[in-house]
Amino acid sequence: MNREDFPIFKQDLIYFDNGATTMKPQCVIDSMTDYYSNYTANAHRGDYDNSMKVDVLYEGVRGKVRKLIDAKDASEVVFTKGTTESLNLVVFGFMKNELKEGDEVLLTKSEHASNLLPWMELEKEIGIVIKYIPLTEDNEVTIPNVLSTITDRTKVISLAQVTNVIGDVRPMKEIGEICSQRGIYFVVDGAQSVPHRKVSVQEMNADFLAFSGHKMLGPTGVGVLWGKKELLERTKPLCYGGGMNTSFESTGDFELKEVPTKFDAGTPAIAEVIGLGRAIDYLEEIGLDKIESYEQELKNYLLARLKEVPKIQIYNEKTASSIVAFNIEGVFSQDTAVYLNHYHICVRAGNHCAKILKEQLGVKNTCRISLYLYNTKEEIDELIRVLKDAEHIFDIVL
Amino acid sequence: MDSNLRREIILDNYQHPLHKGLVEEEGYQKIRTNNSSCIDDLMIMVKVEEGKIKDIRFDGEACAISTSATSIMIRNFIGKTYEEAKALLESYEAMIDEKPYDKELLGELNVYDEIYKQPNRKKCALLPFRAIHQILEDKSLFNK
Repeated sequence: MNREDFPIFKQDLIYFDNGATTMKPQCVIDSMTDYYSNYTANAHRGDYDNSMKVDVLYEGVRGKVRKLIDAKDASEVVFTKGTTESLNLVVFGFMKNELKEGDEVLLTKSEHASNLLPWMELEKEIGIVIKYIPLTEDNEVTIPNVLSTITDRTKVISLAQVTNVIGDVRPMKEIGEICSQRGIYFVVDGAQSVPHRKVSVQEMNADFLAFSGHKMLGPTGVGVLWGKKELLERTKPLCYGGGMNTSFESTGDFELKEVPTKFDAGTPAIAEVIGLGRAIDYLEEIGLDKIESYEQELKNYLLARLKEVPKIQIYNEKTASSIVAFNIEGVFSQDTAVYLNHYHICVRAGNHCAKILKEQLGVKNTCRISLYLYNTKEEIDELIRVLKDAEHIFDIVL
Repeated sequence: MDSNLRREIILDNYQHPLHKGLVEEEGYQKIRTNNSSCIDDLMIMVKVEEGKIKDIRFDGEACAISTSATSIMIRNFIGKTYEEAKALLESYEAMIDEKPYDKELLGELNVYDEIYKQPNRKKCALLPFRAIHQILEDKSLFNK
């Protein structure tokens, strides 16, 4: 749907790597060009027209994000570089001061590196203990498994709402309830969910939510950390400098601005924030419910057609998102990706930044197709045609 | 080289690679070779004895180019002295880099003489040879 809004598709291109990044509609590109062409100025700084306009637009995007994720207040929206920085801010700006040696953090083996490595580093720094919630045979998180992993020392559960290799959708509302009953912090990695479905931080009972702009039709270099106000107030910025302080003295005393501006040290990614705002408008004009159901329809079609192809193994047939992981028997995933590239079909080969998932899946590398609103059944037909011809794969890749 | 023959040799070495599987034995140097830009990940073990490369084995997951290059490398480097291995390695790297090289010396390794046409696969063809590089860095291994 809405394919004509995306200038990149004037090329002969079938793009199935939306879990990695997404294409940009013209309106997002125009909104950033407009800033650079017609009203460039810094934010929070000037008394002239362009600067005030920038201020209004930049701050206005917090309101758009608030509405998108059903948060209480726009001041709970912090702009970051992306999901990775957002999660690092949670771990090193908040958890590092709140947690003590021996406190337990629950993760899973299918988390992205950005929801594992910061915790592993914190484990080294202050001695928290990482525990992995066991996954089912279908690599899913269940409530009984969450409950059986919780102990008196459990202080945090940090999970992707939708994982990036398997694409399973976690029962966040129930997990959030368990957390709030027991005083456990609930951190949500929304990188693969916010672009594709309606997300409500209140319904999930989340304490923090992290996501990226570029995976939801927006520009690279901008993302969001949403957090409950009282938690953000206790979060220390990772970056200090101009724009985030109210005063400082040569004695070394300084005071920070309020949340969220205390996280805006230096000039922020103004054009990118404006672009993200336009992307949110665009997604909401279409409707996230509509996007989700369209992706479902495409995914079901993809699965049905993949089964026509001999020697295809699918690893995550039962999961609810629009991500499909597969391999062709006897072919290394990267060779499959190189083969598909020959036909201008973009898929991702590898471990998709989930390097410990291999312990669970029993396979290290897969090809991943991740769909988005601009993909079509015709593109899937072309993929299937090429895959059915895969007995000639080595004539192409060698 | 005829392109069908080239493909056949590569494919045969990919599907039935030589010396796949590591051994628990003394006297091997273990070298892990992986690529930051792709997902190939190979463990290679090399044994040098009496001035010659006595054995090479490997294991891991990698693409058709890397895996076949490992297999062909193993076949062609076993039995080589320090000087022979060095000459062979230099010639191979020159070929991949589109520089002048000794075609006759390379023999079977000539199957990768057109890999430059796919620049992003050059690294795959070079990957296992890092193990040889590392072995050659310590000349004293060959003096024992």
